[in-house]
Amino acid sequence: MKRATGRVNRIGLSRSEYGGDPSTLCKGCGHNSIASQIIQVAFELSLKPHEIIKLSGIGCSSKSPAYFLGMSHGFNSLHGRMPALGTGALMANHSLRAIGVSGDGDTGSIGIGQFKHLVRRNVQMVYLIENNGVYGLTKGQFSATADEGQGLKYAGHNPFPEIDLCIEAIVAGCGFVARSFAGDAKQVRSLLKAALSHRGTAVLDIISPCVAFNNDDSSTKSYGYGRTNQYPLQEIGYVPVAEEIVVDDYEPGELRVIELHDGSYIRLRKLEADYDAGDRIRAVERLQRAQESREFVTGLLYFDSSRPSLAETNNLGDAPLASLPEARLRPTHEDLEGIMRRFR
Amino acid sequence: MDMKIETLPHPDQDRERGPIINDFSLVVATANGTGSQTANLALLRSIFKLGIPVHGKNIFPSNIQGLPTWYHIRVSHEGYVARRPSEILIAYNPATLLEDVAELPPGGVCVYNEDLGFVPERDDLCYYALPVKELIATSEIKGKLRDYIANMTFVGALAYLLEIPLVAIEESLSYHFRHRQKLVDSNMEVVRSTYNWSVENLSKVDPYRIEPMDKTKDLILMTGNEAGALGAIFGGVSFVAWYPITPSTSFVDALREFLPELRIDDQGKATYSVIQAEDELAAIGMVLGAGWAGARALTATSGPGISLMSEFAGLGYFAEVPAVIWDIQRVGPSTGLPTRTSQGDVTFVYYLGHGDTCNVILFPSSIEECFEFGYTSHDLAEVLQTPVFVLSDLDMGMNNWMGKPFRYPEGPLQRGKVLSAEEVGSDPFVRYRDVDGDGIGYRTLPGNTNPLGAYLTRGTGHDENANYSERAEDWAENSERLARKFDTARELVPGPEISSMSDARVGIIAFGSTRYAVDEARDRLSHSGFSTGFLRVRALPVNGEVRTFIEQHEKVLVVEMNRDGQLHNILQTEYPDLATRLVSAAYLDGMPLTAEWVQARVLRVKL
Repeated sequence: MKRATGRVNRIGLSRSEYGGDPSTLCKGCGHNSIASQIIQVAFELSLKPHEIIKLSGIGCSSKSPAYFLGMSHGFNSLHGRMPALGTGALMANHSLRAIGVSGDGDTGSIGIGQFKHLVRRNVQMVYLIENNGVYGLTKGQFSATADEGQGLKYAGHNPFPEIDLCIEAIVAGCGFVARSFAGDAKQVRSLLKAALSHRGTAVLDIISPCVAFNNDDSSTKSYGYGRTNQYPLQEIGYVPVAEEIVVDDYEPGELRVIELHDGSYIRLRKLEADYDAGDRIRAVERLQRAQESREFVTGLLYFDSSRPSLAETNNLGDAPLASLPEARLRPTHEDLEGIMRRFR
Repeated sequence: MDMKIETLPHPDQDRERGPIINDFSLVVATANGTGSQTANLALLRSIFKLGIPVHGKNIFPSNIQGLPTWYHIRVSHEGYVARRPSEILIAYNPATLLEDVAELPPGGVCVYNEDLGFVPERDDLCYYALPVKELIATSEIKGKLRDYIANMTFVGALAYLLEIPLVAIEESLSYHFRHRQKLVDSNMEVVRSTYNWSVENLSKVDPYRIEPMDKTKDLILMTGNEAGALGAIFGGVSFVAWYPITPSTSFVDALREFLPELRIDDQGKATYSVIQAEDELAAIGMVLGAGWAGARALTATSGPGISLMSEFAGLGYFAEVPAVIWDIQRVGPSTGLPTRTSQGDVTFVYYLGHGDTCNVILFPSSIEECFEFGYTSHDLAEVLQTPVFVLSDLDMGMNNWMGKPFRYPEGPLQRGKVLSAEEVGSDPFVRYRDVDGDGIGYRTLPGNTNPLGAYLTRGTGHDENANYSERAEDWAENSERLARKFDTARELVPGPEISSMSDARVGIIAFGSTRYAVDEARDRLSHSGFSTGFLRVRALPVNGEVRTFIEQHEKVLVVEMNRDGQLHNILQTEYPDLATRLVSAAYLDGMPLTAEWVQARVLRVKL
């Protein structure tokens, strides 16, 4: 545990006390930035660490729960299976707030079924997707969110259309769907804060560039090339130390073009100030349009707080199932005798 | 109306034999989806209510409508319940009629639906023809439901032929329709009218009779799945996630029937949660999540579901998370025979998970044990911090068995080594340290307010502190500790049940539902002067008593319902020095074992 240093929040904890182990992800990885925004938000909101659980699947993104909120319990589980694990944990103790961290492979490929069912049940948790369109730990295969037509050094040409996880979340019934960019710390923080207070599943898809393997050489994402850091296939074990990509604050409705580590670009467009996040059909349409114009729209895409959470659907009381005393768990002698009579 | 008795000659020895009272099997052959189950169960419970030991086995197809189904009822004043050939056939299925008749032994009885156009050929059987269409023509029930009620005709005819009091049948129907009198009345109308018709038109010529006894007065009649579900509820299960699969579905059906009755609090809130998952991967994942967070959680499935659960089972073993998994075994591999019974998952479940994995397994062999293991499985899972598997089977789980009323669990729930915030104290909390030398560390639950109590659970290599580690020593030490924990389990799981005979040279080892065939085979052998010992394995890993038993016998026959002799192989691995004493008697065709088969296998053992 890190000792309190410097400024403390309402519950007397310093920012560093929300920290975790040192990251073992690549330098400049967007995931590290997201971890540090989680730390910052937890600090600013004075979240009690013991009221939080951190959940993840498998992949680069899923390692990151080790790197934040070291005073919170967590479970780094199986590839694509974090939704199931989280569902059980949160039914056992629905007083906990869960921060789930997943990736595009973990969510969009192996875990797409569990993802959609988690959302459909409206399990109360923040579901972060650290989306880079590529499998990092296995050295650079396409994920299901990779652009159609994109080329990667290792994987070649991607002939398949991308899965937009925000669209998937919306059509599965999610009441909180947002997209952001790892380098836009301010937007990530404000969306995280909103997500933490949502009663139900809040999906936050954060574009988080991979410094090592998103080495796009055909750059269908954007209009430029200008690669400066390209490295050949045979040196795939070499990962350049990179600076984290950050974007300065930009206005609603504005387009920002971001150069990635491999020299390719992505286009971010912040949703307009008058965008109506309450219209499900329009949200999907907007996302489809953005896909066609190779843009990522960022901001809160869809919001609807009317659906009950799973704990409510299941008629749970205030006390978590995990903390019920024996007297409330085990029926009485009379109960058993009554049932036995029935089977005579 | 013509006389409906086929007065074909039947063997004189039957008449000489005199009446056969409370000692026969009957089989009801119908097509699936014709609603015969109500009639079958009414018949079964009627006999039970008359104080006569009875058991029913439903041999049904994987189909919604049309394929053949057989319901076997064994009536035995001696209390035997194993499967055996039937002397009485209720032939209501044209598709199997000829085969069904061919299987009857000489002197057997065939009650058949005359409308099927069947012409009796065997002259060594007693025939009773029922004009089913005519018998239900006057029923108030119209349309499709009339077909359902048609099955009540054989109940009425048997009431006459076997001398089952109509009042017992009415009571049973009342049980099955949960006292909805209108349904009881309309069914009873058919039973009664067929009974009356039978009195006037059938001449009883076969020897089989029912006579009330007092042998079931203090017993209950229940399926293993219902018993297991109740056991789990009395063990405080709070979370259930499942995916429908025969033959485990009725386990969860029972949970969903009893939980709302027993576990709604004063405020009308549920103290449990049941989730129908999207597949078995998710079901076991949810269960592990709930177990990790501190709730007693279970899932129920069968072989194909276990296949899907292997990934999470390995995580549960390695990350040391309590969970209870009921495997109601059916015939595999693959989809196999979905509605037929088997003990084929023993090896698979024992080692489920990649890498070095070994799992605790309980084998209930009665409804009493289904209930008992229903709650002890949760104690074991939490004490050992590991997934515990309960291996039942279709025969045990879906069929009705007699048993003693369940005993209320003794002692409090055993929640294992869980530290509160105070207990964590101010010393660093070390999740996986073997403080007590039993291989079991101390855990904390999410929500523990002590900041020192938090840790990150993971399926990746970790050190004592649960930190990620690829150090060779950390891996080896952790793995050794898990093996030590499994040795601790040996002494904590239910030990074997042993029945010795001092002069026995042959021992029998069996588990689960096959024990009934073994019990009966041993009695038969004993009557002919052949003594056998019997050890019923109730759990894996086995402990020293099993070794002692094997040592006490020259040969030990390991009886099981699978092809490869799975428990036999596990025992040979466990006791290599005794391996040659172990003889495998393994067979699987989807049908429960018979005493005849066991007896024959025992007599084949070379001493």
